[in-house]
Amino acid sequence: MEMRYETAKRALVVSLSHDLDHHGAASLREKIDYEFRRRRARNIIFDLSALKFMDSSGIGLIMGRYRLSVAAGGKVFLSGVSPQLDRLISISGIYKIVGWAKSISEALQCL
Amino acid sequence: MDNSMKLEFLSKSSNEGFARVAVAAFASQLDPTLEDLSDIKTALSEAVTNAIIHGYENTKGIVTISCQINNDTLTVTVSDSGRGIENLEQAMEPLYTSHPEMERSGMGFTVMETFMDSVSVRSAPGEGTDVTMSKTIKGR
Repeated sequence: MEMRYETAKRALVVSLSHDLDHHGAASLREKIDYEFRRRRARNIIFDLSALKFMDSSGIGLIMGRYRLSVAAGGKVFLSGVSPQLDRLISISGIYKIVGWAKSISEALQCL
Repeated sequence: MDNSMKLEFLSKSSNEGFARVAVAAFASQLDPTLEDLSDIKTALSEAVTNAIIHGYENTKGIVTISCQINNDTLTVTVSDSGRGIENLEQAMEPLYTSHPEMERSGMGFTVMETFMDSVSVRSAPGEGTDVTMSKTIKGR
């Protein structure tokens, strides 16, 4: 995972890679939340383009970060969603609460 | 039975990735598409995670995966001898989770049912849980 902060949009850009499962979710959550608070961020953009695998643990992670972001008056966007990930995310219903963008730059424009 | 295999491992979350790769490698003899493989890995990951978190409640136990191939159909059973499920109907409800504090989404069974052709669960309190899933791989 790599993170960078877009000051102008108060957005934490989280680029996930490898596998996102129950095993890795807790430490990712800790790192993202730490950075989110340290930066006093508002928005979170998840870049999933380099993610090789995700199960419902990832849905839980995104839902939790949505709560964090909403509490700070911000939004969550997903970008780089593969067709396979799109199926998982669609059945979870989280598209009702988080935004979708083709790329990180498109997500930033939406903020 | 055309082929079968069995895996046993400790209920450590670090084995989740290993279990996915092993089952996907076994399934690959059916010449599945990448989408099929991804479906199988996702469903398997949910069942193994359930065994570790809910079956053994993060204590030490053995998770067993048995796989069979019959013609074009892969059948996978994930078993634990943990605490079992008291209310199966509730456990299988979308969005129900007994562990909201762990940020579990409650989508595990829904994902299994969506990505596999069939899912059946046998469980009794104190007697562990068996989740059996199957998927037919249609030729390309």
